[in-house]
Order: sequence, then C-alpha cells, then structure tokens
Amino acid sequence: MKVGVVVFPGSNCDRDALHVVRLAGAEAVSLWHEDPDTQGADLVILPGGFAYGDHLRAGVLARFSPVMQAVKAHAAAGGLVMGICNGFQVMAEAGLVPGALLRNASLRFEHGWVRLSVERRDTPFTAAIPEGRTLRMPIAHGEGNYFLPDADLDALEASRGVLFRYAAPDGNPNGSARDIAGVIAPNGRVCGLMPHPERAAEAILGSDDGMLLFRSIVESVGATTAAAGGAR
Amino acid sequence: MSTYCFVVSVMPKEGILDPQGRAVETSLPHLGVDNVHGVRVGRRVELSVDAATEAEARAVVERLAGELFANPLIEAWTVG
Repeated sequence: MKVGVVVFPGSNCDRDALHVVRLAGAEAVSLWHEDPDTQGADLVILPGGFAYGDHLRAGVLARFSPVMQAVKAHAAAGGLVMGICNGFQVMAEAGLVPGALLRNASLRFEHGWVRLSVERRDTPFTAAIPEGRTLRMPIAHGEGNYFLPDADLDALEASRGVLFRYAAPDGNPNGSARDIAGVIAPNGRVCGLMPHPERAAEAILGSDDGMLLFRSIVESVGATTAAAGGAR
Repeated sequence: MSTYCFVVSVMPKEGILDPQGRAVETSLPHLGVDNVHGVRVGRRVELSVDAATEAEARAVVERLAGELFANPLIEAWTVG
C-alpha cells in the first residue's frame, strides 16, 4: 500500500504522518503542493500545520493549489483521503467533506488531550478499532469549531457522516456542533478530523490509539488488494 | 481594456460566531466605553480588474467573492 502526504508551504505535521504510516507498514511519499500528481497513492493525507499561512481563512488558499486538483480527482475516483487538523480545514474549504471550521468558541488556540468516541467502525479508517474503545489523542488548533446549519447537521447524522465525537471526560474543546470531531464523506472514503492521530501513534508519546486508524487503513487496503487478486 | 476598482466586504453571517467582534466588545470597558454593543468585525478586500466592460470585471469579482474571499456557508459578502 502506498500513502502520499501532501506538503503545503506551512505544513508542519507531514514528517510525523510519513513516519507513522511507515510504522503501520505502508510505503510513504511526500506530495509537493505545486505538483498536480498523487503518484499512485492509495491514500492521500492532508497533514496538519498552517498551509499558506492560514491567510484569508484556514485552508482556503491551499484549496486552489495544483496538488489539490489531483487530490479531488483521486477522491472522485473513490480514492482514500484523510485530512488531519489543518488538512481537515483544507478539505472543508475544498468541499471534500461537509461543514466549516470556525474559531474555537473560547477564542483561544486550544491544545491538549481529548477523548474521542468512534461513531462508525464500518469504514476503512476505523475498521480495526475494537468495539467500545474510545481514543485518546491530542488537539492543537485555533479554528476547530465544527459548524453546519442545524438542518444540514440533521442530514449529516442521518447519512452517518459523523465519524468521531469529543467524549467524556475531556469533552468538547472548541464548541463544535454536536461534539463533532471528525466527519466522513458520503462515499465512506474521505474523512477529516481535528485531533492528531499521527501524534498519538507510539506509546512513548502518551498514547498509541492513533495507530488504530493507520492500521485500519493498511488492513482495509490490503484486504481490497487481496480480493482483487493481489494485483499490486 | 479599462481598469475597474472594487471593494468586497465580507461579514460573518447572522448568528455565526464572530470571535473578533466579541473580543473587541469585551475589551470596550477597558476604554471606559459602556454604551457600545453589536460590534461585528468583517473583512474588506480592495482589488482592480482589467477588463473590456464593467460587467465583465464585476463577474470576475463576484466569482472570487463566492469562491475565495468568503465561505458562503458562514460568511455573506457585498461587492461595491
């Protein structure tokens, strides 16, 4: 399995993502923002950071970069995409997932550990997470307050578009509507989340719960490849 | 070809959290001001467009306003 990690000017979690993906057993390459090419990656990760300085609005300038045209095509063809933190903001601005990320309700940059409930386990991102298990991961963001109008939130929930929610004991750190921490697109192949699984993938860092996401993806893609006759 | 100048005003939509407006309002007592409320902070974008007609120039600005300067989900804009 091959993973491409996009590098925007201002990305700062791309190396962490490359490292963790390799730990999970996948091949990992960097995808430069000026190259409209996903290099045959099965999964594209949009990493955390401050793409294009977060000028105008977090994520909006990155949305128009050449690599994003390739990422959109990859997603439209059913490819896997995961946006983490700033990557989630880029995806929301690009319309790859529903919603917008507003300034945190506290008006402060929030950082610390959160607890996540897993709302679905029938996705490539969550299939390996044991039933009933919550995930402990860090957050670090100024704009993570998930917003959709109420009617759209109802539609999102009805279509099972919520993948992760902030849960007790740490609770909702940013004012997100209905405690939403991560969402998944209707085709079940594109997800975005504010917490950082790549910063919680080794026990020495305080939690390795994040590795469950990467293991899920590697296993899911492996199973698909095997079902297709092991073509690659 | 002429040059047309525009101003795009972008404001948070009604009911959407406006952290800057709230922060400004919260600090007004420090200035000894207690009779100001409803502070909302938006963004003003000035730009010049080279085009054959004003309508053509305005169409470019309208497109940029809706796709780039504002996120229609959370912000409203006017072109002047």
